[in-house]
Amino acid sequence: MSAADPHRLPSSVAREDEHLLVAAAKNGNDASFEELVNRYERKILRLTRNITGNQEDAEDAMQDAFMKAYAHLDGFQGDSRFYTWLVRIAANEALMRLRRRRPGQFSLDQPLEGDKDLMPRELEDWRPSPEREYAQAEIQQILGHAVEKLEPEYRIVLALRDVEELSTQETAEALGISVSAVKSRLLRARLKLRDKLSRHFRRGGLN
Amino acid sequence: MNCKGVIRELSNYIDGELEPAIKEELERHLQHCEDCTMILDQTKKSIEILCDSEPIPLPPDLHERLHSALRERMGKKSD
Repeated sequence: MSAADPHRLPSSVAREDEHLLVAAAKNGNDASFEELVNRYERKILRLTRNITGNQEDAEDAMQDAFMKAYAHLDGFQGDSRFYTWLVRIAANEALMRLRRRRPGQFSLDQPLEGDKDLMPRELEDWRPSPEREYAQAEIQQILGHAVEKLEPEYRIVLALRDVEELSTQETAEALGISVSAVKSRLLRARLKLRDKLSRHFRRGGLN
Repeated sequence: MNCKGVIRELSNYIDGELEPAIKEELERHLQHCEDCTMILDQTKKSIEILCDSEPIPLPPDLHERLHSALRERMGKKSD
């Protein structure tokens, strides 16, 4: 995006103006909607990528999410943040594509069986501060691989709950599942992520 | 509370969603269990790293594609 783009507001504009942009967009000011897109397109692509695990599907889901948000802007009541509303639309688009690509391969609401697999396998100290020992780009790469290797149902709750920082209730609503289904998957997702990161961050681990 | 009980409640503990009595029991266990303390710290660190993850850069053509699709749709609205 070039600095000369008329739709781009200066970065000094506070994030608190989101509701003003939304109100203007709802009143038919398309430039305001485009500014909202500029603001959130990278984050929404990260979300759809985290859910689908596939770049092509992620890009399509992102585009369709913004198109739907534009078409249904009148339906946004303002009882949540605009971004949370957008996340729900994008998560839906991404899930649809994931289900199409992997039919019947994962379930977000089936009860998880027992807790045999719950106990962590990797029990070694980590290096004191991974962030100081690895460059940011390396951390991102390690994290990206670890998240990609998680089963979809774990990747999805992690993406909504811990990356987009939706509440447990909002995550449950976005996915159309119960709060307890979110919690049981979130616990496993976090433990599995820790396990995978341990292989890199433990003392004397992979480089 | 034993180690399994701690692990089962770990996520709720991190999110501050435990009943005070269970939280107290869990913390009592942590005081003498190095493994559970380590798992808790590493899980918190993993979440922190995840929270700090940067949005991925948008492929240059994707931004253009998205905005031209939107403008086309916006144009239709004003017709």
